[in-house]
Amino acid sequence: MSDATQSAAAIPARDPTYNFAYLDEQTKRMIRRALLKAVAVPGYQVPFAGREMPMPYGWGTGGVQVTASILTADDRLKVIDQGADDTTNAVSIRKFFQRTAGVAVTEKTAEASVIQTRHRIPEAPLADGQILVYQVPIPEPLRFLEPRETETRKMHAYQDYGLMHVKLYEDIARHGHIATTYAYPVKVEGRYVMDPSPTPKFDNPKMSDCPALQLFGAGREKRIYAIPPYTKVESLDFEDHPFTVQSWEQRCALCGAEDSFLDEVLTDDKGGRMFVCSDTDYCGDRRAQGFRGEAAEDAA
Amino acid sequence: MTSSSEDLDAQPLLAVEDLAKRYGRHMGCEAVSFRLWPGEVLGVVGESGSGKTTLLNCVAGRLTPDAGRVLYSDRLGAVRDLHGIAEPERRMLMRTDWAFVHQNPRDGLRMGVSAGANVGEPLMAVGARNYGAIRSAAGDWLAKTEIDVGRIDDPPRTFSGGMQQRLQIARSLAAGPRLVFMDEPTGGLDVSVQARLLDLLRGLVTELKLAVIVVTHDLAVARLLSHRLLVMRGGRVVETGLTDQVLDDPQHPYTQLLVSSVLQP
Repeated sequence: MSDATQSAAAIPARDPTYNFAYLDEQTKRMIRRALLKAVAVPGYQVPFAGREMPMPYGWGTGGVQVTASILTADDRLKVIDQGADDTTNAVSIRKFFQRTAGVAVTEKTAEASVIQTRHRIPEAPLADGQILVYQVPIPEPLRFLEPRETETRKMHAYQDYGLMHVKLYEDIARHGHIATTYAYPVKVEGRYVMDPSPTPKFDNPKMSDCPALQLFGAGREKRIYAIPPYTKVESLDFEDHPFTVQSWEQRCALCGAEDSFLDEVLTDDKGGRMFVCSDTDYCGDRRAQGFRGEAAEDAA
Repeated sequence: MTSSSEDLDAQPLLAVEDLAKRYGRHMGCEAVSFRLWPGEVLGVVGESGSGKTTLLNCVAGRLTPDAGRVLYSDRLGAVRDLHGIAEPERRMLMRTDWAFVHQNPRDGLRMGVSAGANVGEPLMAVGARNYGAIRSAAGDWLAKTEIDVGRIDDPPRTFSGGMQQRLQIARSLAAGPRLVFMDEPTGGLDVSVQARLLDLLRGLVTELKLAVIVVTHDLAVARLLSHRLLVMRGGRVVETGLTDQVLDDPQHPYTQLLVSSVLQP
């Protein structure tokens, strides 16, 4: 496993030259108001005055602003990127909040009170009181079909969502099945069609009736939306082509899990490859419990 | 008020009252009134800039007129003021009861998705959620508009101009409208393709008992398709009447000029 928690301990507790969690209080207040509106209207994209953050767009500036606005000194933060705690994006955002807010961090899904994520929902079930913050690149699910913002806003307002099925129709016509595997459109509580950010469709069912609060922040597009706890989230589909999630013939090579989202990892230049859990915390937990996959010995 | 079907027939599908639209100081159209009955094809002719397209857009709800009303009687016989109802209701009407055929098929089609998706979109917009059913309906419409069903998965940009226009017609008719607006449907097509398209349109309009308002500057198109004509000039209607009557015995000097300026091959 990574030693992120240890190296994190080496970072000084909190840099007092920054306001708590980097953003000034008025900005946080503005973002919280947008968040309240987003929670009140599930799936609706609330515009907000996104700030420049000390990282490039596309690195999670929206998610970071949301996290900064909801973070308190008692929170325990987990940051994941493609399910992993130890990849660049996750490490740098975690360090950012350690330095600017001095909050405790963790890699354990169950211990975290706030989880900022890029592209995955943790495999371990989320609980009451937890908050999941998504980094969103393009919040508008209709964008690639209808480029006019004036028009997409009307389509949302009037529930004029036929176009969303045109995309799914095109998929079936071209590939024989719905080939959209990530950013798979969902309908929230029977009303707004929402882009669940580029999470794999594997994670869509976890969004529905989830006990945790789910917040979405898009920094470049300056939109915030939310799914309150225990909200119904349906993935769009056709009667004769129902929604399905990805499945693998393999199990995780490290922990033997067959119910988690697997990443394909190339191991050499001779065609060697293995499939491992994308959620590193879940995989580590299972190995700690004694589960072993076929490549466990050499990988450990 | 005896039998309901008689009443429906007695009621105009569309009543336009004193419609006016200005673009700043310029007049688009003014004091236009007419009625359209179910199954009737009304031609609007006139030179460029005479306000034909402005009139069509106001009547079709694509432009808001400055004065006047457009009254539409829906499938249940209720009369609705097109510019008085809320926008969602108007958009719903446009999806379910009306269709618009643009002069340039690129304005009416989604060029990025397949022909089948183009024809299926109006069905999906009104709630069709069965892929097989949508696809077979799209196939039927392609066949009706004389497009090879084998091209169902090809994007419209690979189609010829005439095919694109026929595809646009298939798309506009797919959701079963009662009223179709056409803006120069044969403009920009060569003569033989025009003839074929007109033939097809005439067949479909009769078969589906559609009411149509067709705007054209081509008197041949007007004569072939429409039952009744409105002649426009400078934003005003200068003459109306049965098509043959207007074209064979024009009364207004402008209509006389228009009819006499058609080239006889």
